Amino acid sequence: MANAFWCIVEDDRQGLPKKVMAEVIGEASRVSGGHAEAVWLTDKATDAGLAQLGAWGATRVWLLEHATFAPYRSEVWVGALADLTAKESPKAIFGAVTSRQRELVARLAARLGVGLAADCIAFAMDGDRLVATRPVYAGKILAKVTWAKGPWVATLRPNVFRPAESQPGRTAAIEKPATAPPAAVMKFVERREEASTGLPELAEAEIVISGGRGMKGPENYVILEEMGRVIGAAVGASRAAVDAGWRPHRFQIGQTGRTISPKLYLGFGVSGAIQHLAGMRTSKVIVAVNKDAEAPIFKIADYGIVADLFEVVPELTKEFKKLLEK
Amino acid sequence: MKILVAIKQVPDTATQVKIGADPRAIDTAGITWIVSPYDEFAVEEGLRIKEKRGQGEVVAVSLGPERVKEALRSCLAMGCDRAIHLNDPAWNDADTLATARALAAVVKQEQPQLLLCGRQAIDDDMGAVTAQLAELLGWPCAYWIMEETVDADGKSARVARQVEGGLEIFDIPLPAVLAAQKGLNEPRYPTLKGIMGAKKKELKDVKAGDLGLAAEPPQLSVVGLEALPPRAAGRIIQGDVPTAAKELVRALREDAKAI
Repeated sequence: MANAFWCIVEDDRQGLPKKVMAEVIGEASRVSGGHAEAVWLTDKATDAGLAQLGAWGATRVWLLEHATFAPYRSEVWVGALADLTAKESPKAIFGAVTSRQRELVARLAARLGVGLAADCIAFAMDGDRLVATRPVYAGKILAKVTWAKGPWVATLRPNVFRPAESQPGRTAAIEKPATAPPAAVMKFVERREEASTGLPELAEAEIVISGGRGMKGPENYVILEEMGRVIGAAVGASRAAVDAGWRPHRFQIGQTGRTISPKLYLGFGVSGAIQHLAGMRTSKVIVAVNKDAEAPIFKIADYGIVADLFEVVPELTKEFKKLLEK
Repeated sequence: MKILVAIKQVPDTATQVKIGADPRAIDTAGITWIVSPYDEFAVEEGLRIKEKRGQGEVVAVSLGPERVKEALRSCLAMGCDRAIHLNDPAWNDADTLATARALAAVVKQEQPQLLLCGRQAIDDDMGAVTAQLAELLGWPCAYWIMEETVDADGKSARVARQVEGGLEIFDIPLPAVLAAQKGLNEPRYPTLKGIMGAKKKELKDVKAGDLGLAAEPPQLSVVGLEALPPRAAGRIIQGDVPTAAKELVRALREDAKAI
């Protein structure tokens, strides 16, 4: 449909859309006045997954199901998506900021010859054009951008947009257009799973705990992980801690790591260098614990405690436990 | 093996960035410029591939105004063999797509077996040019590369791509485009000898006309820039540690409703 806002589905590889899709569909519905549609490329969809997309407010789901869509390869996905785009002429194509959609959506925009706004944090209609807001220069400045022509292609930063409520009464029309995806050029060898911490994924977590140089060594992160288990938080690290070899790079928050935007960020022994702030300053509530009262992180913190983190963390964990066990 | 590395010059993270007289751009006065950190990983990887193979050529390319020569010189000082500077006012308003078109035209002239880029530049954080280059060239592309090995015959590379929850390993036929993620390597510092030697290496200016390109209106344009609205002043919680911890948890629940 010519006024449709497409939402490219990010799934858990088990047939269910990830929760970031509630945010993408919610925002697409809001900006388009109820014309959000989901486009799902997968090797296996489930009925529960299709129902979930409808419950979040997608009026239609374009399901492209084919073995060659897994694992994701841009040369396969872009061809299939571009074909469907040419047939259906959507008004906008939204994706989530994930490792694969970052690449996919950029490549798709080039195929279509249109502009791309990546990592957006707000959208507004201005007459009949869409204006997107995105952080630039380490998040020190917000840029408002717009497109010369459609479809308007954009990716949305997770945890920023208000998620659509899941309403089981809402259902989407399911379309299964014939798809003949291009052959894969890249040959899949294997997938290496990370050792699971049992804690939420950093980029999607609603609460994130971060340990900086003040953690003094890799062995001390267990106290943060313990707190993480109590409050359901992901545990990340600053660049200083990652560069010291205390944590693997996938845990790094900041400009050369993950950009996060949780409901609650708790930084322990994090000084708040600009490159760290670039990755977390859109967090809703920021808590900082640092011995150094002059640490720059206190300038953007909503709550601060000036004290030794090794005294504060066990006390806080105890208090969180008391609160949540009530 | 010929390797092309596309880099971008960006303001140093710690530098103060102010909105310019034209509110669609920043004021570039007084800014310290650096090679974008992810691009340094790409340069380093190109040099390592050449060193491992004992032969080859690593060419750095960048688009931007005259000051970009400084960034290209530091790539030459790291060890790149020559540099190409896409330096033409026709590209002043270039968006990611126009940038990718210009770089793709250079790739077509140079015909490298491998094109390396950083996963994103840290100024506008769009992270798009690499994938768009792959698209315009019709080459395969792998994002967020943590490991890479080019086969002995130079026909393919085994790459590890960082994804949520793990790494995905692929064999990718060359020519291909790879986007470097942090963790791929530790970039070297230029040596004094490298810095001196860089002055003698070729740094060629290329105009849009040389590539058969003309100025094109951007597909994505900036309407305006705004300074980040300041956060409301925070509160330092006083008292001994047990009292402060108790009060913080109360405030997070009752005032901020964050937990």
